Amino acid sequence: MATTTAASVATRRRLGWAPYALLAPSLVYLAVFFALPMVNAFGLAFQGDEGGYSLEPIRRMLGDERFAKALTTTLLLVVIIVPIQFVVAMGMALVVNARLKGTDLWLYVFALPLGVSELAAGIVWFSIFTEQGWLNSLLTQVGILDRPFIFLDYQRPTLLILTIVVAEAWRATSIVMIILVAGLQGIPRDYLEAADVFGATAWQRVRHVILPLLKPSIRVALILRTILAFQVFATVIALAGSATNVLAGEAYRWYQNLRDARVAAAYASLILILSVVSTILFLLLLPTEEDRPT
Amino acid sequence: MSAVEQAQAEPGPEAALARPADRPDRSPAARRRRRVRALTYAVAVLLSLFVLVPIYFITVTAFTPREVSYDFPKPFIPGTVSAETVRFFADSTGVTAALWRSVVVAALTLVLSTLLGAPAGYALARFAFRGKSTYRLLILSTRAFPIVILSIPLAVTFITWGIYDTTYSVALMHTGLALPFTILITSSIFVSVPRDLEEAARTLGCTPLGAFVKVVLPLALPGLAAAAIFTFVLSWNEVFAAVILTLRQRTLPALVLAALNTSPLPFRFAAAWFMLAPSLVVIFVIRRYLLGLWGRVAR
Repeated sequence: MATTTAASVATRRRLGWAPYALLAPSLVYLAVFFALPMVNAFGLAFQGDEGGYSLEPIRRMLGDERFAKALTTTLLLVVIIVPIQFVVAMGMALVVNARLKGTDLWLYVFALPLGVSELAAGIVWFSIFTEQGWLNSLLTQVGILDRPFIFLDYQRPTLLILTIVVAEAWRATSIVMIILVAGLQGIPRDYLEAADVFGATAWQRVRHVILPLLKPSIRVALILRTILAFQVFATVIALAGSATNVLAGEAYRWYQNLRDARVAAAYASLILILSVVSTILFLLLLPTEEDRPT
Repeated sequence: MSAVEQAQAEPGPEAALARPADRPDRSPAARRRRRVRALTYAVAVLLSLFVLVPIYFITVTAFTPREVSYDFPKPFIPGTVSAETVRFFADSTGVTAALWRSVVVAALTLVLSTLLGAPAGYALARFAFRGKSTYRLLILSTRAFPIVILSIPLAVTFITWGIYDTTYSVALMHTGLALPFTILITSSIFVSVPRDLEEAARTLGCTPLGAFVKVVLPLALPGLAAAAIFTFVLSWNEVFAAVILTLRQRTLPALVLAALNTSPLPFRFAAAWFMLAPSLVVIFVIRRYLLGLWGRVAR
């Protein structure tokens, strides 16, 4: 044992440069394809028609009639989607952790949408919510409706937003679930059994044992999910077309249809800022003891 | 579906233990536990239906004749099974080429991010060095940024570099997207390979590289493969960057998105099925690693 340790110390000293050599390629890559574009996004957002600094792209973004709606729709989606998904994912995670018959099967089923793209999910739910879709087929055949109800009514943005929420909940709950299940497995079973011994109900167990111990996982899951929700894009286009709009959709429209990369970059910068602010909020609102980096 | 119902029908092993057939436990605590258990099964079935039914619907739509896409009310059990809708999609202009491009982009992303990320993951797992925690924090902090959005400034850069609208420019972007994930995943995979084995190999005369190739790599391979497969899906599914960075060299999701509002219903439904099907297979293949992959990233 002592010789192994001595040997490893010796190699560590001899190979002092090795970790840096192994890290360097990834650092360089992230500098070029992550840090640089991030700086460039802000650069573009403040670039005038003849180069140089200008508030023109920002003015154009703020002055666009679709801006306010895109911003409020995106924020509304985030505020609705994230809590709903958290509750559904928590339900799934508790089911998986309850060790029912066939735990692996439940986990697999709940995790299925993990691999489904935003666009595919949007189209799948379009086939359900469209006027001659599956939901109307069901409701008319069961006799709840006489004729198809228009769920994707472009006159009723609230209804459109709700369909987007359902599609997003279907698609992106699995990632939250997986993170929560992994966290749950880290909770020693003794704790839960102790709660049982003291006669805790299932709800008390969740509220007073599981949730506090799960806080680090919950925080990560919420951060990840919120940032993804700020980028919501293809689901919206597949379900609502151009009837409703979100920030990422506006960035796409300005880039692709209006050929103005600077306003698109202004939208990208706005999404960036919103994401970072929300992350900071989560870090402040849900502090954990493990905040110090290891 | 039937497997789910079957799983539901059989009583759990724990329930059998807690309640022998001849002497049912009638204490209030046991009765409450049984009630919670029954409720858990009910919730499990409901949540499973929520996940599975939409997948069933799109599969039915994709494998019934084209006209059925316009039928109302739709038959919940398909009358005729046909590959017509799927073939109509596959034969549409540009679809085969886009499909191929998607495969190429995803494969390039997989190779690039593994080549760049795995060494960094290994360094994080095995070495103690100055700046390690800073590097780790840096990688973790990439989570706070909507990486996909960065494709807009990247598009401007790619135009000046002359590589705009190419498959590999999309792969370059996707690699940036996948790299932080690959680094964290591979590092946790290498941590799970016992260090003692590697050091034993060194004591027996292996070079550091030899010990890595002969001892660490074979043990880490299944996990690395699962991570690589997941990277493939990440790229296969990505649409925002793909549609921003291409004009003619569209990947499959980019092609479908750009044509979405003008394409007929059967085209959209078959497209959704085409994008969905591989991911279902992939999730099945790597199901044992899912918790490891995402759970460890979460820490």
